[in-house]
Amino acid sequence: MSVTFDKVFDARGMNCPMPLVNARKEIGKLDTGQVLKVMATDRGSVADFQGWAKVAKNVELVAQETENADGTSIYVHYVKRTA
Amino acid sequence: MELAIEEKLAGALSNAELTVRVAELEKRLAAVEERTEDRVTIIVFSGDLDRVLAAFIIATGAAAMGQQVSMFFTFWGLSVLKKGTSFDGKTAFQKMMAMMSPGSSQSLPVSKMNYFGVGAKMLRSMMKDKNVSSLEEFIALAREMDVRMIACEMSRDVMGIKESDLVGGLECGGVATFLGDSLRSRTSLFI
Repeated sequence: MSVTFDKVFDARGMNCPMPLVNARKEIGKLDTGQVLKVMATDRGSVADFQGWAKVAKNVELVAQETENADGTSIYVHYVKRTA
Repeated sequence: MELAIEEKLAGALSNAELTVRVAELEKRLAAVEERTEDRVTIIVFSGDLDRVLAAFIIATGAAAMGQQVSMFFTFWGLSVLKKGTSFDGKTAFQKMMAMMSPGSSQSLPVSKMNYFGVGAKMLRSMMKDKNVSSLEEFIALAREMDVRMIACEMSRDVMGIKESDLVGGLECGGVATFLGDSLRSRTSLFI
């Protein structure tokens, strides 16, 4: 999948709720319309980012995918700042 | 001809009626919107490390999701906010209470398998191994995210905990302070 993004945030190794907490900080640094790519190893982050996008008024979950790096799953979330 | 006028008149009347209804509905909608905010309120009653951790994870998670968060610390939950054990100017009962309750967030027990603090130390070390933030890191994070922290005045007084025994940057309040926030919240939790 090819999703264009403006910034990458590496949340690998972080546990709940840190990927979300830090992604929120990072997306605040972006301009409206820009997309943040978040890479996480926390499996719960898949559902967490969906929940975040549902509740928060200024973010949209553009896409989610799972990459495989040396046997570890990397959960990738593309989040767009909408306001 | 006559019919057309009548139809127009009927239309005009229902329009006026509609305008009144819309205005009425808008007023009621505004009132409803004023009642609920993007807010989460948590009562921290427990002084158990595991429970308090859950409270702070929910608080910081909610704040990250764009919610305003209020945390009310009462009874055993006040231990989380203590700077350390102090006996100054306390009655015998209050001194006993101070001696037997945790001096700060660092010495909270776990709700199960505590074994005089060994369980709590084990949990902390297991969390560290899994790269989960410590309770103290969560507390600092919650402050950074503007989580409102309120120490219950009544239980603090009853338990002989002085305001100076607690960390700074807290508000104090009572049941109405809690209800003032929780009634406007989408979710209220008692932990």
